[in-house]
This record gives sequence, C-alpha cells and structure tokens, in this order.
Amino acid sequence: MTINTLAKGGCHREQMACFRKMEKVIVAMQDPDMGMKMRNQRLLITVIPHAMTGHDIITWLTHKYRISEEEALHLGNMLVKYGYIYPLKEPRCLVLRPDESPYRFQTPYFWTSTRWPASELDYAIYLAKKNIRKQGELMEYEKERYSLLHKRINHTWDFVVMQAREQLRASKQRRKADRIVLECQEQAYWLINRPPPGVNNVLDTGLERPNNFSCRVTLNSDYYKREIEACRKALGRNRVKSSICLEGFLKYSEQYLNHDPIMQGCLPSNPWISDDTAHWTMNAEIVPVPTRLRVERWSFSFMELLNDAMGRREFMTYLEKEFSAENLYFWQACEDIRHGENSKIVEKVEDVYKNFLAPGAARWVNIDSKTMDKTLEGIKRPHRFVMDDAQMHIYFLMKKDSYPRYLKSDLYKNMLAKAIVPQETKKSVFPFMRRQRHSSPSPAQTATQAAEEEGLAKGAGANSAAGSHF
Amino acid sequence: MCDQTFMAATFGPCDSCSKPSPLMNIYIKNEATNYCSLCVEMMACQGLQKGETLESLKRESETLKKKLEEERNKLNDVELHQVAEKVEVLSALSIKTRRVLKGHGNKVLCMDWCKDKRRMVSSSQDGKVIVWDAFTLNKEHGVPLPCTWVLACAYAPSGCAIACGGLDNKCSVIPLSLDKNENLAAKKKSVAMHTNYVSGCSFTNSDMQLLTSSGDGTCALWDVESGQLLQSFHGHTADVLSLDLAPSETGNTFVSGGCDMKANVWDMRSGQNIQSFESHESDINCVKYYPSGDAFASASDDATCRFYDLRADREVAVYQKDSIIFGASTCDFSLSGRLLFAGYNDYTINVWDVLKGTRATILFGHENRVSRVRVSPDGTALGSASWDSTLRVWA
Repeated sequence: MTINTLAKGGCHREQMACFRKMEKVIVAMQDPDMGMKMRNQRLLITVIPHAMTGHDIITWLTHKYRISEEEALHLGNMLVKYGYIYPLKEPRCLVLRPDESPYRFQTPYFWTSTRWPASELDYAIYLAKKNIRKQGELMEYEKERYSLLHKRINHTWDFVVMQAREQLRASKQRRKADRIVLECQEQAYWLINRPPPGVNNVLDTGLERPNNFSCRVTLNSDYYKREIEACRKALGRNRVKSSICLEGFLKYSEQYLNHDPIMQGCLPSNPWISDDTAHWTMNAEIVPVPTRLRVERWSFSFMELLNDAMGRREFMTYLEKEFSAENLYFWQACEDIRHGENSKIVEKVEDVYKNFLAPGAARWVNIDSKTMDKTLEGIKRPHRFVMDDAQMHIYFLMKKDSYPRYLKSDLYKNMLAKAIVPQETKKSVFPFMRRQRHSSPSPAQTATQAAEEEGLAKGAGANSAAGSHF
Repeated sequence: MCDQTFMAATFGPCDSCSKPSPLMNIYIKNEATNYCSLCVEMMACQGLQKGETLESLKRESETLKKKLEEERNKLNDVELHQVAEKVEVLSALSIKTRRVLKGHGNKVLCMDWCKDKRRMVSSSQDGKVIVWDAFTLNKEHGVPLPCTWVLACAYAPSGCAIACGGLDNKCSVIPLSLDKNENLAAKKKSVAMHTNYVSGCSFTNSDMQLLTSSGDGTCALWDVESGQLLQSFHGHTADVLSLDLAPSETGNTFVSGGCDMKANVWDMRSGQNIQSFESHESDINCVKYYPSGDAFASASDDATCRFYDLRADREVAVYQKDSIIFGASTCDFSLSGRLLFAGYNDYTINVWDVLKGTRATILFGHENRVSRVRVSPDGTALGSASWDSTLRVWA
C-alpha cells in the first residue's frame, strides 16, 4: 500500500478553494449596502448584537443567486456546516432552520481556513478551559478525548493548563455579552474541527492527493521536449469549424430525443417508476416482434444497427439475400480477434485466413489488393490488430453500400410496419399500492446453465461410451 | 585591495533535472547556469543543444501552447449556446429517487450498471463490493476485499464478472457464480498491477480486456486471461483519476483526466496521446464521452463541468453557477446527450442542459458527497453512489 504525503503547509488544495469561495459569499452577506440586515437578538437576558434569522439568510441567498428556496436552504446549510455561520439557539446542532432562529457570523479568527489544521495543542487548551469552567462536567466524548490528549501530549501539559487559566482570566474581564459571544464562536469552531462521535466530519476529504507541484514526473528537459513535440503535432492537426461541429450535437440530441426515457418517458412505462418490467420484456435482446422505436433506431447509424442483436440478425438475413453475407461474418470474426483473449489470437487469425482471405476460401471477402497484400504480410506475424485495415475496409463497404440499401429494402420496411408501439400504462387507481417487483435471472446464471448443459452433454457422451462396454 | 566577491549558488535545484543537489556554476552560450554534477557530465557527453536550458525549453513550451490556443480559436466562429438558441427549451423535469440501496457500511466510492439495465455493482471504503439487483433491492453477491478504498469497480459486458481495484494498487476480476456456497473472494484474479492506487477501471468491448487508470500517472490496457500488459499510456504528470472508452465505430480511443488538470485522448493501439485539453483550474475528477463519440465532458474540483469538442479541438461549453461552490466529482450524459448529470461534493446532483449551458434542475437526497453518477444502459434511470453509504436510483 502506498501512502500519499500532504503538500507543503499541510493545506488541502481542494478544500482551500471551497473555503475561499464560501468566504466570498460570507463577505458579500456582510456588505453594508447589498448585504443582510442584521439586528440585535435577545438570548435570555443578554442582548447579542449583529444577528440574523435563518429566514433572512435564505431570502438573501435566494435573491443574490436567483435560486429556489430549497437550494438556498441547502447552500445556507453548507455555510453553517462549515462554520461560517453558527446558531445561537441549540448551538450544538449545526443546521440552518428556515424560520426565526437566530444565527451569527463566525469571526474570521475562527474560520477553519485561518487556523488550518486545528492543532492538538489548541484543542487541549480548549478542553482544559471548559473543564475548569464547568468544574469537570464535560460531555462524555470530550472527557475521553481530554484524557487521550493528556496521555499523548503529556510533555506540554503544564503549558496547556497555564494557557487555559490565562485565557479564562482574560475572558472574565470582558463584558458578559462579549464573553458569551466568544464562547459560542469557539464552541462552533471545535464542533466542526473535532466533531462529536456520530456526526459527519465535513472536513473529511477522503484520500489525500499530492500537491500539483510535486509531480509524479520530474519536470526536466525531457518532459519539456515531449510537451513541445506534442504541441507541434497538435498545431498541425486538422480542425473543423465550430459551426459545423456544434450543429452535429443539435442534430444528435434531436434525433435521440424520443429515445431518451428520462426526458420523454418511455412506453409502456418506466419500470423504475411503475414497478412494471414490461418495457424491459418488450425490449429484450431477442423478441418475436421488436418495438417501433427500436427499429427506427437502426436507421440512425450503421453502428446502431450492428450493436443491436436483432438488427444485426436482420441485416445478416438481408446480406444473405444479396450474397454478400461473408462481409458481416468477416467483420464479426475480426471483432472477435480484436477483443478476445491474447492466447487465441494466432488460432483465430489462422481461421480467418482460411475462411475469408485464402484464394478459393469458402467466404472470400473482396478487399482491394493493397490492403490484401498488407494483411497477408501481417498474418505472417499475427497480432491483435493485424486485421484492422481489412476490417475497416469491409466495414465501410457495408456502411456505404449495403446499409443504405437495407434501409430502403422491403425487409426493413416490413419490420418497421409490423413493429409494435406499446400502449401507455394507465396510472393505477390506487397509486400507493405498489406492484410486486419481480426478480429476473442473473446474466451469470444463464452462462452457468449453458456451461452446465455443455458439461452434462459431455458427461452423457462419456457415459454412453463407457456403457457400451458392458 | 581585496578581491571582488561574487554571488554563487552552491546548492539548490539543478537547472536541468530540478533535483536539489550541490551545483556547479557553468556557462552555456554566455548564459550562466547551475547544473548538478551528473547533468554536467551527461551534457558534456551527449551534447545538449547549444543554448538550451531548462528555462528556455519551458518558455518554448509555453509559447507553443499559447499558439495552439490561438489556432484553436481561429475556427471558433460561433458558441454552443448561440447555436442552441433555436432549440426548444427543456420542459420541466420531474426526477425523483425511486430506489435507495442500503447495505454498505461505509462511503460508497464507485458503481457501475450491468448491461441487463437493472443490476449494478458498487464498491466502498471498507473494502466491500456488492452486486445488486437494483430493481428489487436484492443483494446478489457480496465480496469482501482485503484492501480498503475500493475506488473503482466495473461490470463485465457479459454480466458474468466484475472488476474492482483501489488502494491495493491492483485491479482484480471476479467471476460471478450463483452457487451460494462459493467463496467469490477466493476466485478473485489479479489482472492489473500499478505502482500506486487504481482510480478507475473499465472493460473494453469484451470480458477479455481491461483498461485501468492509476495514481501513478499512467493508464494501462490488460489482457484479463493472462494478466499481461498490452499497452501503457504515459503523458499525465500527476494522478490519473478517471477514464472513459469512446463509443466510436472503430472503437480505438479513450479519454482520461487527472490531477494535472489535463484531459488526454489516447489511441489504444499505439499508446499515443492524440489530443490534450488543459482548461480546468483544478483536478479533473471524471471524464465521460458524449453518446456520439464526438465530444466529452469533464467534472472538476473547480466546481465546473466542461464540454470539449474533439473535431473542433477545443472546449465549447462551461457549466457553472455562482451558487455552486463545491467541486464536481462525477458526470454522465443522458441517452440523447441533451442532459449532463453531475454529482458534487455539496451532496447534490446538478442536471445541466448540455446545449444551452443552463442548469435544468437540481436533485437533493444524498446526505454526503456524491461520488459517482451513471445513467443506466437503456437510459431509463440514473444511478448515484454517495459517501452517505447509500446508492440511489433516480427516474
């Protein structure tokens, strides 16, 4: 297992960027002109100045970013979770409530980003202060952590206790309102940087990634030479005008719009919404009659036709009629070589040569002489991509010639005519009654069964051979 | 009279290899430079081009990059959102959580759909990999792996195996057996070996080849049966975090994105980096091809998603909003490519109108970061994995 080291300074890049952005929001909120209106809040008998209600925060965010209230609530909640705003009522619950609950801005001194990362020493001092003030009445988890720290940084303990005492003495000399405010701010800071057990740690960023400056590759002259070479190549590239490319996206999205269930729904119904798997049954790999949308899709591109098992089968039928089925067989065999096991390449290339390329082969394919020569040369030292040129030649042959004719053929037109358009399932009368969700056979099962059947057949064969001895 | 004193650097980063070491002060074509002794020797023997220093090479590289940007902009005669003005505005989307899959004990880091459109595999921080029938919420297989942080998992095209990998620096393939007594973990087979964590994996068109991306800065193509390395892809200068295979006719390219803020397009046959895009301002967490294969989208820690056109060779759209502060960790297109679903670190999923560049809607529900979003193979639903230890299916 490898361990990544944190960047210099210990600050986590990704988090820092988010902190800066949140701080911008906070600063905007406190802008004298465009910021929030704050007022004094009464907390029991003391008056806390510069506070605002949860409702105010949400309204301000809604107006400033032109977002919905739900989103404003979510964004405001993030600001509270990261400690930029803290609640005055129920201070241990860092949640933004969309009502009259009072909140206050955290002082920049206690922003997580200012004193990153929160040190053990500081935490120890904080717990010591609390311990003294509450005369030992810390929360359970705080007591545990306090004793753990006492063991771990025992050598600094005198300093810790001294600092705690000094800070408490200094705070006693402040006005009560200020003292309460400072205590709230400090508590909020530690709730985030040392969350109680069971509470999500918002500062958890998962696996540490290295700083961008400590590259995995040394930035030496070889690296720059490679970059320069790559740039030179890129400069010589053929580019297409934006207007043409972008039109392509518009056309594609428009063509597939009706096929996009999330956007247009699907017939008879979306299984995930209605719990009815009819849509999947009707669109299974092989069905007696395919749906109209499916057959239409075959006309979108040659790849769509080939990627659909039924489409490919139909196309094969058509090619057989035209006496050019060997092209598709050849293409399939080449795909098998390209994507198959390394160990079977030599054997497969042999087969392809025998069946498709050798003079007088049963399914001889018509490739131009240049490609044929190159392929035959390559076969002498077979590798995964040896058939690529020939395969591409035949692919484009089918695409430019057979495919368009197939789409105009009676075979395709009939398929399209008798294709089904499913009826939309009427919404059930009792929407809260859930349909039973049926399970389906796992793809692994069909494979296992097939393997078992094969095994059985082999076994039966062996048995009968053995039986004949008796 | 005393001798003049000079300032000389005697220790520091070498101008050639940038390693901190004792320096020799030398002159190359009247320019004073500092090389470490090894580089001086190498240069003396090999003959670095006269006048070349690390600084000059760096400058040349930067100038060329600027020129490349200018070239790319020359054919930029119109913006995507301008072209998209004539497209109808999207009608209001009503997407809700339809399933919540509970069972992982820790952050779910990755998920992938099976080709049967209803099963999925997911992996988590505590090393557990689970195969679910998401439709019935049934857990069909559970494989405990010896490593933590299983960052990548993928379903094989046949539906008969899964691949997973992470902090163990490996990517393993596990055949799925329906025998309840079978110990799947025992049948696990290590296929990929990297020198750092595996961040992403994907089967190519068959169960026989596996493509992986790693924290060691490389991507690699492996033969599953033998574990042999078929091709490796070097070019990133930092961790590679994500990869995606192109849905093209000739099926030979894939795109990768990483911590060096670059998105690279590779030729699987030759191992060459054929195109590179560098416009993000922070780590690229996820890359995904547009369904036609002519473009791809990327999601980054800089809180934006970007759309790159491969034929025009440039970035054509940036999906961002002032109110979106947290990084995007994952993205995927809807079936028609009109919508881009992106999962963010503020626990939300934003749905973008790819053509118009506006945000169509926002999905709430997860209670921690969204680590992965994937549209199901037939486009009927969106699956999402989150650090709140659940997976959700939205439709």
